[in-house]
Amino acid sequence: MTAAAGTTIWRELIRKPFFWGIVAIIALLALNVIKDPTYLALSINPNNGNLVGNLVDILRQAAPVMMIAIGMSLVIATGGIDLSVGSLMAVAGAVSMEFLSAAGDSFGAALAAVGLALVITGVLGAVNGVLVAYVGLQPFIATLVLMLAGRGIAKVITGGQNTTASNDSFRWIANGFLIGIPVVFLLAVLIVIAVGLVVRRSALGLMIEAIGINPRASRMAGIKPKGLLLTAYIMSGILAGIAGVMSVGSVMTVDISRTGYQLELDAILAVVIGGASLAGGKFSLSGAFVGALLIATLDKTVLYLGVSSSATPAFKAIVIVVLCLLQSERVRGWFRRRRRPRPAERLLQKEEVSA
Amino acid sequence: MNEEVPIVEMRGISIEFPGVKALDGVDFRLFPGEVHALMGENGAGKSTLIKALTGVYRIDSGSIVVSGSERRFGGADDAQEAGVSTVYQEVNLAPNLSIGENVMLGHEQRGAFGINWTATHRAATEALERLGLGHLDTRKPLSTLSIALQQLVAISRAMAIRAKVLILDEPTSSLDAAEVEGLFAVIRSVRDQGVAVLFVSHFLDQVYAISDRITVLRNGRYEGEHLTRELDRHALISAMIGKDLDTLKSLGGNRRREPRDPDEKPLLSAVGIARRGAVEATDLEIRRGEVVGFAGLLGSGRTELARLLYAADKADAGTIELHGSPVDLRSPADALPRRIAFSTENRRDEGIIGDLTVRENIVLAVQAERGWARPLSRREQDAIVSRYIEQLNVRPADPDRMIKNLSGGNQQKVLLGRWLATQPELLILDEPTRGIDVGAKAEIQEAVAELAEDGVAVVFISSELEEVVRLSERIVVLKDHRKIGEIQNGPEVTAQVIVDVIAAHGVDAAADTLDDTEGAVPDSIAPTTHKEAAR
Repeated sequence: MTAAAGTTIWRELIRKPFFWGIVAIIALLALNVIKDPTYLALSINPNNGNLVGNLVDILRQAAPVMMIAIGMSLVIATGGIDLSVGSLMAVAGAVSMEFLSAAGDSFGAALAAVGLALVITGVLGAVNGVLVAYVGLQPFIATLVLMLAGRGIAKVITGGQNTTASNDSFRWIANGFLIGIPVVFLLAVLIVIAVGLVVRRSALGLMIEAIGINPRASRMAGIKPKGLLLTAYIMSGILAGIAGVMSVGSVMTVDISRTGYQLELDAILAVVIGGASLAGGKFSLSGAFVGALLIATLDKTVLYLGVSSSATPAFKAIVIVVLCLLQSERVRGWFRRRRRPRPAERLLQKEEVSA
Repeated sequence: MNEEVPIVEMRGISIEFPGVKALDGVDFRLFPGEVHALMGENGAGKSTLIKALTGVYRIDSGSIVVSGSERRFGGADDAQEAGVSTVYQEVNLAPNLSIGENVMLGHEQRGAFGINWTATHRAATEALERLGLGHLDTRKPLSTLSIALQQLVAISRAMAIRAKVLILDEPTSSLDAAEVEGLFAVIRSVRDQGVAVLFVSHFLDQVYAISDRITVLRNGRYEGEHLTRELDRHALISAMIGKDLDTLKSLGGNRRREPRDPDEKPLLSAVGIARRGAVEATDLEIRRGEVVGFAGLLGSGRTELARLLYAADKADAGTIELHGSPVDLRSPADALPRRIAFSTENRRDEGIIGDLTVRENIVLAVQAERGWARPLSRREQDAIVSRYIEQLNVRPADPDRMIKNLSGGNQQKVLLGRWLATQPELLILDEPTRGIDVGAKAEIQEAVAELAEDGVAVVFISSELEEVVRLSERIVVLKDHRKIGEIQNGPEVTAQVIVDVIAAHGVDAAADTLDDTEGAVPDSIAPTTHKEAAR
């Protein structure tokens, strides 16, 4: 009986959308361990008591991608896409660096810089939302506009410079440690949980899924899609702002052309790895979370294994293709057809239907 | 008719989908030069059998013999190669190509310099001429033709590529009477050229008009094959539904007949509501506790009118008053809080949210009305969900199952639950019993009668006139996008009476167009006489 119970838990786990993502993370870590058995080792920095190690680096790297990935999850669930998140990261970086370089090194200035960056990215997210929900543009086109224009906006804000600033409180967000763990990762986890609570404890998640699965039926059920779409794009914009703050904070410089560059693609990948369909509908924030972790692990592994930089994209592509194949219903169907269900199981299924 | 050698012979065909046995040992034969009707209720397996024949679905057991050799087609294209052509209800041609290109697509006449378009169009014209469509200009885009003509072009295409078997899946559902006649003329000429025609339709009259042989399916099982002239209608209907007609007739027959207070204010009164291309200016009153049937043929405007009342489509003109005060309905989100609910005929596209659970589907409308920021607690959800699952007898009674995995009848009950949960004062049900089994049908009819007892106004739309007559207190008859009359229900009102009203109206309209343009109800079908007789 316990064996059977074990199997059911196992089956439940396999059915989770992010199961294969976790498997892939473990496999990549194993690959690293093969190269260097001490890869997973964590040590404590004797000067400040912080954890040091490759795993810690992965968690820190994953944080910005997590932010844009959960924003992207919501947008994709509505049946849309947000290509502008990478550029919005640059805008957030530009706003905060430019502000801090003038405001100086105080806690208040750091707080104001973050607030200002998030307000501006939130407004830009609202622009996306208005274009999609009220003007009726295709989400791909609507957000492509800001993807291209965003870096221009950032350039205007910094006057074409890669602005540098110094502010210890701001830097702490990206580089600090709290009880030995990187602040940036703690913050990312907290935000994922907070967004998860907002979305799942209210009816926002249900309604976003409903309009993503069947917009016509949702309208007939009295759901007003415009406000929901706007909310999703604003949330995506604000989360991209947080990601931008995290990503410029570690170097305290905004590089207009590099900050957040092509990260929208990583975010989309993280969502897909998390098991969501680009056609919209069901979404899983925990799936996107795992997806972002996998992408960070992958980036780190590519570096660590010394894959030549020209082959890096191909390596990444192979891992992701394999993962998507494993998740694909059709591919799994092929495997299933190889081992037909036993007669007893078939009988069981039939009973379920007639019941 | 060649009785000896069937061109298609299917034996013991079984197809299983996850959890459902769609076909169970079905036999089917098709002879050259005959029209063979495949009959059965929705969900009986007609479409599945066609898809098994053309290879769209893989069969789990059984054999398919076409022209004497056993075949398993890999899909519609593969079947077409072997001479089995299918014309679907939604024409599957390319609307932006020309008529000639559509007829000849993939079989263009080739010359020394690639395709010879002149010869191709000539061949297309010849193919069209054989079916009496020689007057069509093959160089015009297909989209300039009506759906009916497009269907005939699709048949021409099948003939141009020398089809031996022609499958017509519900070809008449969007055609008017004259177009149906045109189609039948073409079918007969195709048949006389020795082609075997498989014809699927819900319209009994048409089946009797065109078919030589009938095969009946029920619940995925073979019920028998009959020559049409030897099978009377009652026997056919009984075979299709598996019950005596009398049992069916006795279902839920409790329409209200209490006299009404004439001074009572109507719940809803609409004046001159119209929508271009859908409904001409219509007046309508609906009172509390009343079941109003909308009767009319498909495309008569019965659905379109109902959609205006819910603002599923916005009216271009006219006013709607609720409880005597005018309201501006722009979308369903405006109608729901005013206690109007609308259950669509298009369950899959406008009703269920397939990937959500039964629970989520039921609470969705209530939640939408409250807004996302005020979620229903789990306990409130449970209360609503378990109430309607029990009251409407949803099977399986598992709120956490995805709705797309339920049968059509149970999906319909879940949707009914969704609308009842919004506590409507006016409930509009468009084809709530279509495509569901007799048991679920009776349960839904009972629910309607009970709702009316509780004071809810119900608009009931069904293409089964008997059902409308059985349930309604008053019947609004529509034809050609306009209301042509109202009938107060009574013992002597039958489906035939309604059919007569619809048929007679064409004659009236021809005789007296003035009457129509003013939108008045013709006196010839004045409601009161029936009402007096009913007492």
